[in-house]
Amino acid sequence: MKGRVHKLGDDINTDYIIAGKNKRDTYDPQVIAKHLFEDLDPTLYPRIKKGDIIVAGKNFGCGSSREAAPSVIQAAGISAIIAKSFGRIFFRNAINIGLPVLECDTSGIEDGDELEVDFSKGVIINHRKRTTLPAKKPPQAILSIFREGGLVNYLRNHKQFEFELE
Amino acid sequence: MGKTIAEKIFSTHCKKDVYANDLVIAEIDYIMAHDGNGPLAIDIFRKMGGEKVFDPGKVAFVLDHYVPSPNENVTRIHDTIRNFAKEHNCQLYEVGEGICHQIMMEKGNIQPGGLIVGSDSHTCTYGALNAFGTGTGSTDFAAAMLTGKLWFKVPETVLINLSGKPVPGVYAKDVILYIASLVKADGATYQAMEFTGDYVTAMNMDGRFTFSNMAVEMGAKAGLFEFDDYTRDWFERHGINLENEPVKSDGDAGYSLMIQVNAGEVVPMIAKPHTVDNVSPITDVLDTPINQAYLGTCTNGRFSDLEIAHRILKGKKIHKNTRMFVAPASRKVYLEAIKVGIIEDMVEAGAIIIPPGCGCCVGACNGIPGDGEKVISTANRNFKGRMGNSKAEIYLASPATVAASALFGRITDPRTLL
Repeated sequence: MKGRVHKLGDDINTDYIIAGKNKRDTYDPQVIAKHLFEDLDPTLYPRIKKGDIIVAGKNFGCGSSREAAPSVIQAAGISAIIAKSFGRIFFRNAINIGLPVLECDTSGIEDGDELEVDFSKGVIINHRKRTTLPAKKPPQAILSIFREGGLVNYLRNHKQFEFELE
Repeated sequence: MGKTIAEKIFSTHCKKDVYANDLVIAEIDYIMAHDGNGPLAIDIFRKMGGEKVFDPGKVAFVLDHYVPSPNENVTRIHDTIRNFAKEHNCQLYEVGEGICHQIMMEKGNIQPGGLIVGSDSHTCTYGALNAFGTGTGSTDFAAAMLTGKLWFKVPETVLINLSGKPVPGVYAKDVILYIASLVKADGATYQAMEFTGDYVTAMNMDGRFTFSNMAVEMGAKAGLFEFDDYTRDWFERHGINLENEPVKSDGDAGYSLMIQVNAGEVVPMIAKPHTVDNVSPITDVLDTPINQAYLGTCTNGRFSDLEIAHRILKGKKIHKNTRMFVAPASRKVYLEAIKVGIIEDMVEAGAIIIPPGCGCCVGACNGIPGDGEKVISTANRNFKGRMGNSKAEIYLASPATVAASALFGRITDPRTLL
């Protein structure tokens, strides 16, 4: 996947991604996508174009277990998230819905950079900076889920967890 | 090689010897979802082709986030849960029973050595009962409901060794906020925490629940305690039979990090806006005017918390510029507080009692602060917008500090009232 970067800072919590009050009345991410990052930067959502990539510092998605957080990011058209580290529940939720999340040193990536991401190999190419960044390669378990588009499809197809554990 | 509590619990739940960083598929003892994330999980369960839950006796739903329902949309969401629980014969805890974690523990659904997942990040609270509780999203919850299993990476463990004796006016919340200031918001990410030491063995259960609850605020997957006489007494007092062997870490277990804390030197602490690890001693923020005080939540809404606040509020009047909301963590806690006169005295003092549940912590109902207002709360999160208004500021503190600050309308050191 290829996309333009929106660069965010450290410790972006799930309340900043989608506030509790906005997810109260519905769980349809399309309906509430317009509130994405509302309390963090209200100008951000209108600037997101389909395929764009979020790049953040450490601990992206810390806080609540709300799956609405990655779902709304996905509904807004974001194709991947790259961060120094993730809140662990957010990380699992993203994989489960088929949204690529990769860990990598993001300090050299800037707002507006053009990235190409190979999720299964864990490789990121920064076209504007002409650099290649190594990311943490996802384990087989995660790739098995991801290959089928998420955990819903995986379990509909397999009925049980059957993947290889490394 | 010796094992940590987490390594032992995962080993028993995947029936082989596993250690930190191993990937496992583990059997889950109990799963719980609330009205915040449950309806999405039900939808996903059906999309997975789910027709039957793996074991109706091991699945519970709790209505606690938006209670009582503030509008017809939420009522519809509550009905989705009610209908599913009835159809699949799962346990349902209705509006007014209390906060999911408190209910899960009080009703005997948590056993020492157990592995529990919940659709809430504060599922780590069960660590105080020597159980590995951890939060998941809706898809993981649906998968657990369908298969009774989930995949995990066995976490490394950060050991926090606490020495020192309790100091009057300084409570578990102050100590865990101090620990958060050392570990920071991501210091235990992907890891478990184990709390040990002389200070810990002298701690009452309500203090331990506060500790375990806050583990996720440092990124941790679980916040674990060993089982001791206090834990045994807690199970006995709640009329819950012990069905599992408690789990103890081995002397030669491997830890990713060991932190030594002298809890006897900790003073009342405050987490300032807008992060939980932005912690300073109360002396740095004394006299900050307070518009709203909140006593409750899965961190500090239990009987001891109400009792501590009551000692400060009894016979006094809450400041005219401050409104104080109190939400007991459960119907049981509420009733106990009524029976000993705590609720009557609090209402006399000017507090507003709201129904057992998440109250105004998650910003969806029950007391949203105004623009520019400052809130002092016993909750676990102070993120901008957390309580429903991004123009409000939230300070986190102990029940004593919250009660003292409500009384004077400004941040007040509870040690001055002892």
